[in-house]
Amino acid sequence: MDIRDAGPTGASLTAPLVIGERSFGSRLVMGTGGATSMATLEKALVASGTELTTVAMRRFGPTGRESLFALLERLGIHALPNTAGCYTARDAVLTAELAREALETDWVKLEVIADEDTLLPDPVELARAAEDLVGRGFVVLAYTNDDPALARRLEDLGVAAVMPAGAPIGTGLGILNPHNIGLIVSRASVPVILDAGVGTASDACLAMELGCDAVLLATAVTRAQDPVGMATAMRYAVEAGFRARHAGRIPRRTLALASSPLEGMIAGSREEDAL
Amino acid sequence: MTATVNGEAYAPRDGETVLDLVAARLGRPLGPDGQPLDGGRLGVAVAVDRAVVPRGSWSRTALADGQHIDIVTAVQGG
Repeated sequence: MDIRDAGPTGASLTAPLVIGERSFGSRLVMGTGGATSMATLEKALVASGTELTTVAMRRFGPTGRESLFALLERLGIHALPNTAGCYTARDAVLTAELAREALETDWVKLEVIADEDTLLPDPVELARAAEDLVGRGFVVLAYTNDDPALARRLEDLGVAAVMPAGAPIGTGLGILNPHNIGLIVSRASVPVILDAGVGTASDACLAMELGCDAVLLATAVTRAQDPVGMATAMRYAVEAGFRARHAGRIPRRTLALASSPLEGMIAGSREEDAL
Repeated sequence: MTATVNGEAYAPRDGETVLDLVAARLGRPLGPDGQPLDGGRLGVAVAVDRAVVPRGSWSRTALADGQHIDIVTAVQGG
């Protein structure tokens, strides 16, 4: 059986997404990167229905506007700080510690990237940082390659969720290796969150159909022509994919299978026509 | 005495602490425990020479010559 044809997970349609000790009604995690204005971002966040959103940690500069931290507090959305921009385990750990202090959360989306052209994770530094942060009491959601072996390794190190990339960050290429995502899902005992690469609603839907527990996306919404419209589409896409997975898709076949009954046809059979 | 705050040169006053610096930068009064007196949450953290200084230690941490101080907060991101 194709790993993508795996049956329903047995999870109830109303089952919350559970990560660590926290539950979420929404399975869409929306990142905040790339929004052109705070007003648009706020509307998109609300339209997406998300309850968890990523933020980056950067030097404080007075803006005179409402801070992102204050906005999320007002909307009642949990902030998930990331370690975006870190190339080493050491930098990622320092960023996570700063985030814990600033946002008063033990949660961190761990990103340790290899180079700026691909923004793909550096597996060695990622594993080092994951181990260190778990040891420091963090709830680590690890952004990782779509590599089932690495995902398993991260899980063994104690991460609370693995977040494989569908495609490189910001590319909108969708899920380049659905088989690997399906493999990661089939072997994981922590939530799997498809992270990065989502371009449009069908990508988010596919991730959920493959059995992911949630989808994390930012660019697909914040850089869409109509971010609020796309946020709404993503909300329904994630739900549609989750429902489809739960309902259990039909097996793939190589030859056609009629859905209409063959008995009682008014036209004659091919043999009769030939007479 | 010259320190660096968020990448820019800064001349601390005599006896100026991390608490004083953060309160001035944010324009919010802070209690000795580093918590804002206006009741809201603070949302920033401080590293001195790449080591986190916990909020509760800010009032006891005087700025010193040559230090690199980073004050960070949450911004839009992936």
